[in-house]
Amino acid sequence: MADIETHEYDVLVIGAGGAGLRAAVEASALGARTGLVCKSLLGKAHTVMAEGGIAAAMGNVYSEDNWQVHFRDTMRGGKMLNNWRMAQIHAQEAPDRVKELEEWGALFDRTADGRILQRDFGGHRYARLAHVGDRTGLEMIRTLQQHAVHRGIEVHQECTVNRLLKDGDRISGALGYWRESGRMVLFRAKAVVIATGGLGKVFAITSNSWEGTGDGHSLAMQAGADMIDMEFVQFHPTGMVWPPSVRGILVTEGVRGDGGTLKNTSGERFMFNYIPPMFASETADTEAEADRWYDDKVNARRTPDLLPRDEVARAINSEVKAGRGTPHGGVFLDIASRRSEEYIKRRLPSMYHQFMQLAGVDITKEPMEVGPTAHYAMGGVRVDAETAASTVPGLYAAGEVAGGMHGSNRLGGNSLSDLVVFGRRAGENAAKYALGLSGQPSVDQGAIAERSASILKPFEGGRENPYTLHKELQDCMQENVGIIRTDSEMRQALVKIAELRERLTQVQVEGHIQYNTGWHLALDMEHMLRVAEAITMAAIERKESRGGHTRDDFPNASGDFGKVNVVVRERGTAVSVVQEPLPEMPDELKKLFEE
Amino acid sequence: MPKAHLKVWRGDDSGDYVEYDVEYEEGMVVLDVVHRLQATQAGDLAVRWNCKAGKCGSCSAEINGKPKLQCMTRMGTFVDGETITIAPLKTFPIIRDLVTDVSWNYRVAETMPELKLSGPDASGHRRMQQIDIDREQEFRKCIECYICQDVCHVIRDHPENQGNFAGPRFFVQLANVAMHPLDQNPKSATVAHGFGLDYCNITKCCTEVCPEGIHITDNAIIPLKERRVDEYYDPIRAIGRKLFGKK
Repeated sequence: MADIETHEYDVLVIGAGGAGLRAAVEASALGARTGLVCKSLLGKAHTVMAEGGIAAAMGNVYSEDNWQVHFRDTMRGGKMLNNWRMAQIHAQEAPDRVKELEEWGALFDRTADGRILQRDFGGHRYARLAHVGDRTGLEMIRTLQQHAVHRGIEVHQECTVNRLLKDGDRISGALGYWRESGRMVLFRAKAVVIATGGLGKVFAITSNSWEGTGDGHSLAMQAGADMIDMEFVQFHPTGMVWPPSVRGILVTEGVRGDGGTLKNTSGERFMFNYIPPMFASETADTEAEADRWYDDKVNARRTPDLLPRDEVARAINSEVKAGRGTPHGGVFLDIASRRSEEYIKRRLPSMYHQFMQLAGVDITKEPMEVGPTAHYAMGGVRVDAETAASTVPGLYAAGEVAGGMHGSNRLGGNSLSDLVVFGRRAGENAAKYALGLSGQPSVDQGAIAERSASILKPFEGGRENPYTLHKELQDCMQENVGIIRTDSEMRQALVKIAELRERLTQVQVEGHIQYNTGWHLALDMEHMLRVAEAITMAAIERKESRGGHTRDDFPNASGDFGKVNVVVRERGTAVSVVQEPLPEMPDELKKLFEE
Repeated sequence: MPKAHLKVWRGDDSGDYVEYDVEYEEGMVVLDVVHRLQATQAGDLAVRWNCKAGKCGSCSAEINGKPKLQCMTRMGTFVDGETITIAPLKTFPIIRDLVTDVSWNYRVAETMPELKLSGPDASGHRRMQQIDIDREQEFRKCIECYICQDVCHVIRDHPENQGNFAGPRFFVQLANVAMHPLDQNPKSATVAHGFGLDYCNITKCCTEVCPEGIHITDNAIIPLKERRVDEYYDPIRAIGRKLFGKK
């Protein structure tokens, strides 16, 4: 295999969204030779789709806010299943990361006295999300992209990593292919940071782009890394439901933060019927109090429209099932009756645009139709809270692909902050690890030869269409491992996944290897099937309902399951699922929950 | 279900249009129809896309001769039976089908000046008034779809200008640096030199096609040209430069 294109780095970062870019910037700043690989063009990663904001307890709007409150909100939002130390580090470091983005060029909306403005969001006690209208993710990725370009980091665009390589137990690089030419490329690296984002494309209704195929989850799992919390998938309560072609596209929680309320077809604000005991003491129980809260956050309690996402998604699901949904299978989200046209267009310009252009709906005059959409994977690579190191030496993970930070349910706004807080830590620790190694670890030539041959197999003749296989997987997961789950349906899903895996060996793509999207999908299918199986197996194991995992057959939270992570491991062809105890929170932090 | 009659560019520079009939439903956009074409008739059709909501700027193409985002062009905007021609962006070399080589833009991006902000005040904040950043926020809405670059005749009709001309997308980025209230770059270094601003004769083609509605010509290019005139062609300043040797 002497002729394969080869690049050599200390640190290879896979994925160029917020986490990957931040990791690459940090690794490079510490003197590590750093390479960055991404499946799309630079600046197109799913981070651009983040709308509402970045959560950081800066206290610019409410001086009562601090990291302890943010930490508490995050843990309660995650139903106490979060890795407490990650949640603590996140709450403590997020404000500095926001200021750093500002220094690098991000222009957040301002308060009257010229500081960074912060907005309300679900599950956050105080207005906490630094934002730019409703395009905060674009601001963040462009800022990091331009900063990385000026640091001279080498970026390999439209390049898909297909395998991680190991030298004995430790990471030694990655093998991928150029989407444009179809040729293989070898990255030799002392350390690898996975920052590949999510896996929404295993579901039929999703806010994710084509890239969210769970590659990083799958690559890490295949390399032997422990995966945790895979059963927890966040269904964002508000995706578009009509027209059909845009079903699933995200409608920012900022609509509700800025005054939008959810209504069923009778015009009832149904969220008042779904306030769980855990949040009852701080949630308004009458419309009058909720309405007062928009202007008086001290004397009124917050509206139930801003309960954590898992609660709102389940409520919408129940309303639709009870026959109180819209003809298109959603509920109404109304901001027009509370806010002026000018206010809506200034605060939510891209929502205005999106509905006007794609649905012909003027959100300054009419309500939107919304329903749940697969949005975010809480589960992922098990990492050390301090260093973002996985259980495989030399392999690091940050952002959505890492597990633990968000527990069973992520709060809105905590993702963008997660990206930069743990992206930075992953880059830093990967660089330190790599710079501490003496030589470049060796790569397994046999594995490279095997992969180079086997990725071409879809051209050799079979009868299965990759698009059909993908659609069948999405429909199966949506139906059987979606918002509401039961044991029998999930077991059916496992049978279907096994069938699809068998049929994938017979996949056939047409044309040649240059920029062949059908072929790329055929190769991504292996990853999607692996993560779909991991999600399903973990979901069968967790016999309770909690956060982004709701069981019809076990509708309540269980004390025992509240003490464990479900861990998925792959060894050879065998996948095992075990329960392991959560890390124990120290007493001084436990006190924060005793009010 | 109605059928759309499509003419889609297939292959590289030496390729040609291929005609297809594809079923579509109410509310679909062009990108949906292209995806259906991929899934049913042309599995290897190359097309870039990501967000499908007009936020990432990946799916730019020339639809019936006009550069647009495929994901924001609704099928309802065509009359029944109209042939829909989908071609790759003309200004950039074709890689395959609807995918073009836009790497030139990324090379220009490397030459852009970097913001250098003054430090925070004693309270730890960088204070800026909203009114002072409204225009820069408009510039920062850019999704890098490169439709403005595609339509700009300075490079569309004269590829030889690519070495001397950054293009509208990057004039917007230069304007962002030039007008940032806390930027400490010497203005002449950021604004004036080397990016070919003078090639632009403000025909506003870029402004007309911008899917984000950025007023590229009025709010970025013209103010940059004015500053350049102020700094370099102001006769009094020119004498000053001669007398005092200032650049």
